[in-house]
Amino acid sequence: MKYLDEYRDGDLVRRVLAEIEVAVTRPWTLMEICGGQTHSIVRSGLDRLLPDEITLVHGPGCPVCITPLEKIDRALAIACRKDVIFTSYGDMLRVPGSRSDLFSVRAAGGDVRVVYSPLDALTIARDNPDKEVVFFAIGFETTAPPNAMAVLQADRLGLENFSVIVSHAAVPPAIRAILSWPENLVQGFLAAGHVCAVMGYWEYEPLAAEFGIPIVVTGFEPLDLVRGIAAAVHQLEAGRTEVENAYGRAVSREGNRSAQDLIARVFEPCDRTWRGIGAIAQSGLTLRSELARFDAETRFDVGEIETAESDICIAGEILQGRKKPVDCPAFGTECTPENPLGATMVSSEGACAAYYKYGRE
Amino acid sequence: MCLGIPGKIVETWEKDGLKMGRVDFGGVTREVCLAYVPEAEVDDYAIIHVGFAINLLDEEEARSTLEMLHELGEVESELGLESASSP
Repeated sequence: MKYLDEYRDGDLVRRVLAEIEVAVTRPWTLMEICGGQTHSIVRSGLDRLLPDEITLVHGPGCPVCITPLEKIDRALAIACRKDVIFTSYGDMLRVPGSRSDLFSVRAAGGDVRVVYSPLDALTIARDNPDKEVVFFAIGFETTAPPNAMAVLQADRLGLENFSVIVSHAAVPPAIRAILSWPENLVQGFLAAGHVCAVMGYWEYEPLAAEFGIPIVVTGFEPLDLVRGIAAAVHQLEAGRTEVENAYGRAVSREGNRSAQDLIARVFEPCDRTWRGIGAIAQSGLTLRSELARFDAETRFDVGEIETAESDICIAGEILQGRKKPVDCPAFGTECTPENPLGATMVSSEGACAAYYKYGRE
Repeated sequence: MCLGIPGKIVETWEKDGLKMGRVDFGGVTREVCLAYVPEAEVDDYAIIHVGFAINLLDEEEARSTLEMLHELGEVESELGLESASSP
């Protein structure tokens, strides 16, 4: 496929790897924020092909992994209601709540449906006027414009039987939080290419300046990733700390203005909790007050939620980049993609799922 | 979840006040929302994520990056810097 195959060219990847080998003189630790990039790195074996001096730490950019447990439990309670059709991206179905998951709700007779696009949830709402259709609106800045459009269209079309559980997160506050940890080891970031396709990269310039680190906007194919790593290594070796764009075909400095405008029309920033990490100020999005009637969490009163996290799972330390999946005693034994203890083992972006799928032990 | 794949816009229309289109992913086509790329035209390439085009692809930029990388390879082989795994 055009604009995909060229970026999987093994010869070109090896050339850039050789360039990194020549450039690197001492150890460097980089973090790829996005779980999609983690999967691509492990799938293509880049983690094993890089010089030993380069350590890649996997970041928290996995939306289902960081969705707060309380929100998942609340979603499960809503999905159990007889008057509700619960719609979600497929990744969310196996994510463990305190006592259950969406798959189990469906198996027990709940009407839980996977949608490809949030507009599909609107179609379901239109086709089922006697039902309440709830959409689990999770994601980072990449997914905020599609989810925002679903709410705006429901408003325009007068679809009063549609509502959303919003669990949106933003990358720059997370980078700030990680760099502010006293024990932080990360010396450079690969910024998530598709987040930047929407938001641009101007937001990262103050972070690079304040913390003195390179931040390289990076794509998802092996050649994109190795180019992002090479750019970060060149900067570190030269003592530069800039925001650099290694994904120019999809990203501009200002990003997609019409998408940013619509995010701001539908959502506003809020404090939020990241599962496994904790609270990060102003790192979330919530519905603006004029659209608050589309908030499923206020529409459906499910009472008090008492959460219970697995006491074995180390997903939190993995999401913070402090441990690797293979450091967990339950990895591949008690915890597998079929029977996950934590969200990082479920998703197409979870680090544990990547290590399991591509045989890292 | 932030995965997006490049596809070629082959048709555009309007539905419920939104610009929509059909996008070809190497033979498989899908309906996508083009509301965030209002300037999109047939034959443009876009990055598609959960049924939405989030940006158009800068084809000139894509071409020049690849050319630069191929040239890098040529320079390296002249300087004898090729990795052992290269043919």
